[in-house]
Amino acid sequence: MNGPNTDLIQGTLDMLILKTLSLEPMHGFGIARRIEQISKGVFKVNPGSLLTAFQRLERVGWLDSEWRQTDNSRRAKYYSLTRSGRKQLEVETANWNRRASAIARLLKAEG
Amino acid sequence: MSFWRQITRGIRVLGNRRAADQEIGEEVNHFLEESTAMFAARGLTPDEARRAARMEIGNETTVREQIREYGWENTIDTWFADLRYAVRRLAGKPGFTTASIFTMALGIGATTAIFSVIEGVLVKPLPYQHPERLVALTHIAPGIHIKDLGLAASLYFTYSEESRVFQNVGMWQSGAWTVTGLGDPEDVPGLTVTNHFLAVLGVQPTLGRPFLPSDDDPRGERTVMLSDGYWKSHFGGERSVLGRRIMLNGTAATIIGVLPPSFQFLDRKIALILPLRLNRTEVRLIGFCCQGVARLKPGVTLAQANADVARMLLLAPAKFPLNPGLSARTFTDLLIAPNLRPLKDVLVGDIGNTLWVLLGGVGLLMAIACANVANLLLVRADGRRQELAIRAAIGADWARIARELLLESSLLGVAGGAFGLVLAYAAVQALVASDLAQLPRIQDISIDPAVLAFTLAISLAAGFVFGLIPAFKYARPHLSNALGSDGRSVSQSKERHRARSVLVVVQVALALVLLVGSGLMMRTFQALRRVDPGFAGAPEIETMRIFIPAEQVPDPERTTRMEEEILHKTEALPGVSGVAMTTGRPLESCCDNNPVRVEDQATREGATPPIRRFKYISPGYVSALGSRLIAGREPTWTEIYNRTPVAMLSENMARELWKDPSKALGKRIRPMSIGDWREVIGVVADLRDDGVHQKAPSIVYWPLLRENPGGAGAATRSVVYLIRTPRAGSIGLRQEIQKAVASVNPNLPVTDLKTLEAVSKRSLARTSFTLVLLAIAGSMALLLGIVGLYGVISYSVARRTREVGIRLALGARPQNVTRMFVRQGLVLSAIGAICGLAAALGLTRLMRSLLFEVSPADPLTYAGASAALVLAATIGSYIPARRATRVDPMEALRAE
Repeated sequence: MNGPNTDLIQGTLDMLILKTLSLEPMHGFGIARRIEQISKGVFKVNPGSLLTAFQRLERVGWLDSEWRQTDNSRRAKYYSLTRSGRKQLEVETANWNRRASAIARLLKAEG
Repeated sequence: MSFWRQITRGIRVLGNRRAADQEIGEEVNHFLEESTAMFAARGLTPDEARRAARMEIGNETTVREQIREYGWENTIDTWFADLRYAVRRLAGKPGFTTASIFTMALGIGATTAIFSVIEGVLVKPLPYQHPERLVALTHIAPGIHIKDLGLAASLYFTYSEESRVFQNVGMWQSGAWTVTGLGDPEDVPGLTVTNHFLAVLGVQPTLGRPFLPSDDDPRGERTVMLSDGYWKSHFGGERSVLGRRIMLNGTAATIIGVLPPSFQFLDRKIALILPLRLNRTEVRLIGFCCQGVARLKPGVTLAQANADVARMLLLAPAKFPLNPGLSARTFTDLLIAPNLRPLKDVLVGDIGNTLWVLLGGVGLLMAIACANVANLLLVRADGRRQELAIRAAIGADWARIARELLLESSLLGVAGGAFGLVLAYAAVQALVASDLAQLPRIQDISIDPAVLAFTLAISLAAGFVFGLIPAFKYARPHLSNALGSDGRSVSQSKERHRARSVLVVVQVALALVLLVGSGLMMRTFQALRRVDPGFAGAPEIETMRIFIPAEQVPDPERTTRMEEEILHKTEALPGVSGVAMTTGRPLESCCDNNPVRVEDQATREGATPPIRRFKYISPGYVSALGSRLIAGREPTWTEIYNRTPVAMLSENMARELWKDPSKALGKRIRPMSIGDWREVIGVVADLRDDGVHQKAPSIVYWPLLRENPGGAGAATRSVVYLIRTPRAGSIGLRQEIQKAVASVNPNLPVTDLKTLEAVSKRSLARTSFTLVLLAIAGSMALLLGIVGLYGVISYSVARRTREVGIRLALGARPQNVTRMFVRQGLVLSAIGAICGLAAALGLTRLMRSLLFEVSPADPLTYAGASAALVLAATIGSYIPARRATRVDPMEALRAE
């Protein structure tokens, strides 16, 4: 099977999670779906990495979590952004934009 | 904040692992459910949807594990798991565990005990502010062969006035006073000091005021400061004590202060401190009465201080007048040079060498103990070979296996350390209580935090090091080897046995070093016991000191008569066969040392003749002490009271001057500065007055009532009575003696009652201390070494049961089989012994200064130690070897 590459760009998972959560609190599956949908299937998130990332981000203090009922009345762990998480998102976004435009410039220059 | 969160979350997880795991599980489940629901919504059947969801997430357990692994608490968790496992394994083998912990405890306990002594005596600073700046003002005087000269008043003033390096200078002298008016008359020890003495040490009285220059005024009343202990015991700790007067040697002194409870000075017993009351205008150039102590200015080195003192020594002759009767050259001829030493060195003396040798000894013992436990661990690891190999085969990290083995051994080390600490505590208590060692600073020896840290460090290090050996051997997988070959091989491979054999060789070698060390001390002790100390029958000689203050009996002749009366009274006590007086007990190197001029041996004009020890004696001295008259006779009482100019010499002095002791008789000698020529009337056998291990000094014995410059005679006011009786040391005798003294003069305290044997033992104390400790270490080392050998041989026998069975079945004779194993043990111990002998030759050099008339390479000691070792090794291998002969061939072959 040699489909299109759906791997995440390294080091961007944290940023994508933070961005997704900046709109509203969500549970793990929701976040995975949202990333897939918004990227129009370009990125597919590995569930294991995603759940481990939650653990890490929560420990660092960028996420909070609580157990809640979902719309279809299942119990799920909802994650939300903390204030320092919001700040981190800004930092990461700025960083990303800087790097992405640098890469874009480089590619243009080569072409 | 996030750091705090890391910690609290981590702890929460550690606190309730199950809840944390459950939460992770639920989250993963929820993910799966939602995922399944999504696939179902796309039109898959429930089964297909579930499978698709599973495909997406991968192995559920792995995911859970992956999530769970995040966080610092997991590292701790696995360590704890390993630790629990190690504890369980150790608890499962109580025999092995007990033996290992006990062995470690022995090694660590012994090392800790000696270390705590070293720490307390050598390392800890003295209890003053900036003790590193305190120096003892000692000098050397090569001109008269004195290596340790104290301080003279003239030099004290010179240093105080001219120094560039000292912040403060103090001078002191030990003394004792008879205190009357507070119950029974009592002899109370203390110091006389110059008024800056306490300032030098940085000590302030807790009550009252420090000494002032006015206290030195001879016209004023004497003042005195009390130690805290004396204040509490004699004045109930009352603050109203200030201004009260006490009677010292019959004169009143006003109490002006009380010292802090922590005050101590050079291990001296101090109850009182009085001002020296020097009168600067009366000070003459020579007169080394006292000891000096000074505080260096910050940043001054000892070398700078020595240089400054050398400079000031040249100034002193211009500042102070010469003593009458001495020529100007006398002072320069002494060749006085500074030899300042840190105050701590003076206090500690040369015990350092002994202690380091002992630490070396127990260090060896510790190494042997470690080797022993390493050996036991190797046996254990060998038993687990298959288990470890299987674990390695199915993917266990070798670092993890090594960690597990190291944890186990470290655990043994720490447990051994804990028990060792208990042993060390008991040993230190016993050591301090027994006073066997005559250690300085004994009150500073304790198990303190530094010692605890040391114990923990050596326990961990030991555990780690002896754990490394099995870890290296077994943590790496040798699959085929371990899994395949076990059991059916006929004999064990050499390679597997090598580590254990090496350990046994090391143990035997180290044990031999310790045996040689203790053997050398034993020979030293024997040599010391063989020395003729210059007295005989020490257990039958009771001694006591009596001091008659001039304030009580001013007249010299009356003083001497009172002393004679006491002598006769004690002589009349039942069982007493002889009594005599002298100054200073034998072996306690007391008394003055002064130059003596010899009439027929002209010394260079103005030069200082050699110095001799002065002792003053009564008739009966030679027989009471059990010494021998080599020639001539003793002075008589009549000669003493007539002050007939006579003297006796020690044999070595007579030989030095006239070759033949009998030729000394009739010759004339006199002290350097004063008095008439005195005729030599007797020669006495040499007396080892500085200790049995020191050369006998040359001694001049003058009559008790001495000459003084005025010619009126001077009494010897502090005398030691030598009382020869089989009842020496008994309480009954001592009570009778006290009654006898009181019947002559009720105001005289009897002090320092002890037998000469006690003095003699004290002089041997350091040797016996070293001997006892090294002998204990040596025998424990031998025991451990032999246990190690025993272990190796019995293991060898057990492993080779099958081979032995075949040999016996083929007709080998049991003796030959036994011999085979004994030979193995003897070869190992022979290799160990050879290494040990070589090591001992090198190491025992370090203890040369502790030996007496024994060479560190003494062949007899080496032969004896080796013989003891070989004998023990033979027994240690024979016992397990015999077990081999009891092997039933059929059993052995059928087994496994």
